[in-house]
Amino acid sequence: MDWQRLHLDKTLLFALLGLAVISLFVVYSGSAKDVNATLGHFMRLLLGFTVLVVVAQLRPEIIERWAPYVFIGGMLLLIAVLAIGVIGKGAQRWLNLGLFRFQPSELMKLAVPMMLAWFLARANLPPTLPRLAAAFFMMAVPAFMIMKQPDLGTALLVFSAGVFVLFLAGMHWRIILLLLAAIVIAAPFAWNYLHDYQRQRILTMFNPEADPLGTGYHTIQAMIAVGSGGIYGKGWLNSSQAHLDYLPESSTDFIFAVFAEEFGLIGSLLLVAIYTLIVARSLLIAYLAKDTFTRLLAGSLSLTFFLYFFVNIGMVTGILPIVGIPLPVMSYGGTSIVTIMATFGILMSIQTHRKIAE
Amino acid sequence: MLNIPIKDHFRETRLYNARLTVVAAVVLVLILALFLRLAYLQVVSHRHFETLSQANRVKPLPIPPPRGLILDRHGFILAQNYPVYTLEIIPEQVDDMATLLEELKQVVSLNEADLRNFRKQMRERPRFENLLLRSHLTQEEAARVAVRRTYFSGVELEARLQRHYPLAGLGVHFLGYVARINEQELERIDKATYRGMQHIGKLGVELSYEKVLLGQVGFEKVETNAHGRSLRILERIAPVAGKNLQLNIDAKLQSLAEQALGKRRGAVIAMDPSTGGVLAFVSTPTYDPNPFVNGIAPDSYQALLNDPDKPLINRALNGQYAPGSTIKAFLGLAALEAGDFDASHPVTCPGWFTLPGSSHQFRDWKKGGHGIVDLHDAVVQSCDVYFYKLAVAMGVDAMKQFLAAFGFSQKTGVDLLNESEGLLPSVEWKEARGQKWYPGETVVTGIGQGPILVTPLQLAAATASLANQGVRPKPRLVHAIVDAKTGVAREPPTESFPPIALKNNQHLDIMIQNLTDVVHTNKGTAYGIGYNAPYKIAGKTGTAQVKSIAQGQAYSEKLTPERFRDHALFVSFAPVGSPKVAVAVIVENGGHGSSAAAPIARKVMDHVILGKASTIPGVARPVIENEE
Repeated sequence: MDWQRLHLDKTLLFALLGLAVISLFVVYSGSAKDVNATLGHFMRLLLGFTVLVVVAQLRPEIIERWAPYVFIGGMLLLIAVLAIGVIGKGAQRWLNLGLFRFQPSELMKLAVPMMLAWFLARANLPPTLPRLAAAFFMMAVPAFMIMKQPDLGTALLVFSAGVFVLFLAGMHWRIILLLLAAIVIAAPFAWNYLHDYQRQRILTMFNPEADPLGTGYHTIQAMIAVGSGGIYGKGWLNSSQAHLDYLPESSTDFIFAVFAEEFGLIGSLLLVAIYTLIVARSLLIAYLAKDTFTRLLAGSLSLTFFLYFFVNIGMVTGILPIVGIPLPVMSYGGTSIVTIMATFGILMSIQTHRKIAE
Repeated sequence: MLNIPIKDHFRETRLYNARLTVVAAVVLVLILALFLRLAYLQVVSHRHFETLSQANRVKPLPIPPPRGLILDRHGFILAQNYPVYTLEIIPEQVDDMATLLEELKQVVSLNEADLRNFRKQMRERPRFENLLLRSHLTQEEAARVAVRRTYFSGVELEARLQRHYPLAGLGVHFLGYVARINEQELERIDKATYRGMQHIGKLGVELSYEKVLLGQVGFEKVETNAHGRSLRILERIAPVAGKNLQLNIDAKLQSLAEQALGKRRGAVIAMDPSTGGVLAFVSTPTYDPNPFVNGIAPDSYQALLNDPDKPLINRALNGQYAPGSTIKAFLGLAALEAGDFDASHPVTCPGWFTLPGSSHQFRDWKKGGHGIVDLHDAVVQSCDVYFYKLAVAMGVDAMKQFLAAFGFSQKTGVDLLNESEGLLPSVEWKEARGQKWYPGETVVTGIGQGPILVTPLQLAAATASLANQGVRPKPRLVHAIVDAKTGVAREPPTESFPPIALKNNQHLDIMIQNLTDVVHTNKGTAYGIGYNAPYKIAGKTGTAQVKSIAQGQAYSEKLTPERFRDHALFVSFAPVGSPKVAVAVIVENGGHGSSAAAPIARKVMDHVILGKASTIPGVARPVIENEE
């Protein structure tokens, strides 16, 4: 089969399909054998792969041309969500579009790196200070708005996607160090700005046993699940932590704990290896990309995907604080699967159209 | 896009590739960190987390064992268990206790006492234990709770075995009762032994034989989910039922004796003189122990406490009384044994006695006196002057020493906890309290008055030793400890004290003859129960003064308020020759031992010896002088 002509990347596609198949089994187990949930997950995966295939057909030039409009559209939707949230006096993350609910913040995961890559590609690299400042606003404003929803996890991912673009664009090390210093100084003030539960989560990471039935509960139960899996695991459908309800969010954010408990170290290493393969392949695509826009975009998307799975597994294994970030492809629910698949659609487009163009 | 400057492609690519290398390196390091973390959790700490996972999953649930039954000698059930539905709460699983209680009120009736009891347990009981909210749910209430079970979190409907005393107040003073474990007991008991149990023996046999009755708690290893709900039983270690107790007590005799005392306050002890087996252990008034089991209502408890008859006092075990003339049954033997007194010489009784150099008259109960009396007459007619003289001749310390051999002022060794010791006064005892011993006190000690105190149980045991050739058995409530499952009965060995050392063993026979004549000769003070008895009884009446009577004033039962009237006492054993039962009776403020106490003893002895009340037919009741 000529994958190139279909504008699909074989390595990425099969790695993603592998994850998808595994995810169906784990969602089934993690949701306490809920056939409807598993079917729902299957449908989302189907939608995701469709989006992937469609996006992969778009030429990178089209994506580049659309970038500002996608970004502006995304911003308008974010404002709409915030406005509805203010009127509805409550947290609001999605727009109800009748058929399905749409989270504009998901769109921003793509729109922000696209916008920044487009913006920085308009001039020589490394970017000048005024252009950096402008770029910073383009990522900080949507990230701030998403944080206000409040959705700290997505806000961090969106902001990070922007940071990756800036870094790859060759932002000067001196500026990077300066910003890091600024962050250290600003941290105490930012601390004040966090919600109580967000602060607790960060504190809990350092000492989960301090409050085993309170904020430390999730971390401890997840670590018990992972650790009790041992080398070989307890076997599929045998996660006692999930099935007896000790593990919270066992089919969504904490699905890796279920997987690690049932399939042990061998399974977890295999899964991490698949994710690593995907990240490596994506970085290779970024490396091979020929123009500034596709380079910056592909690099940023690869790193965002890495951040995604690293933060999730780091949180489940107790080395990172608990932020509501699902494990890409594996976790049940949400619109994130579609966004992720669109990411790989873009990466495949960048990869395959380059070679045809040659 | 005309204003795009010319790009330096070579420089951009170099910069980009450098940056990409940096991030690739960082990614690699972080992924390695994940690998290490996973290996640490799943290999190095695997065992630790495996244990935690098991502990999460499997909870041992205690299964309380059924408490041993208590039966009388013929197998009548005195204490049993019967199943009741109870509504129990696990507070840790309840989010909002006030709301839950309000909701439960809609389903079952909860009164103030239930709620108060529950709150008390909340303060006292350890975490993660079921707390009893209500017991004895009706079938309908149980059903109403059962259908709402999933709706209520932390609420358990249990079928529990509940202690019940079917004969209510009968024998409550030896039987005792169980009740909820309280805070002090919680500190004392081994918590593992009492897992899942809410009751503990508080008094009587229930307290003294707690370890035997208790049994061993069983366990169910139950898989539980995070909400504490049990999903399935993984392993079960069955509880071991407590052992049954077969008592020496004869419930019919107990009932007969309690009825004989009627509404009067008093005590009756009947025991087998050779084994010490207690056949009846009566203290009146009695009270129903059943309300105590789940916490008696404060007003009911106050009513019992404030009752002037003091039903909660165990008179048989803890009642300390002046023995009155019953002490003569023992001191009479001292008269024969003691070197300072010549029992072969009669004594003149003018009706009063004075100490040399004193004008104080110690009266005899009989105005005008008994005339010339020897030991036989003195015992049979209960002559006080004879024993005044004996007491003076012996001295108080010798009397104490002699009486102590009968077990007075010591524990009888009964298999019940917390018995009282009574008191034998001595010069030393009085001086230890910073007071001087007066010779007059020696005089009244000779007739069982003054500071001397005995318990009904001591009197019965001492009397048994007279019947048993001077060997005093330790009273025993429990005859056998029976394993409910195997039926194997273990009889605790009967125990006795070393025989009383006598100079001449015939002295005991002489004294028994004297005591027999108390009952069976027409001058005897207990002839009222002896004249028509178909078997021979040895006995001694006694009347203990409650209120001292001023010099020159006569005691009048009619003019004395009931609470100040004399206590009536009687000690006896029968049949003489082959004694089967020894009895001690005390009737508080009963008046005369002969008329108030002796007839009760006769009824008890009739039941033990004949199986029913019986008299020799056609014997007319003689005119009997009201003694003492």
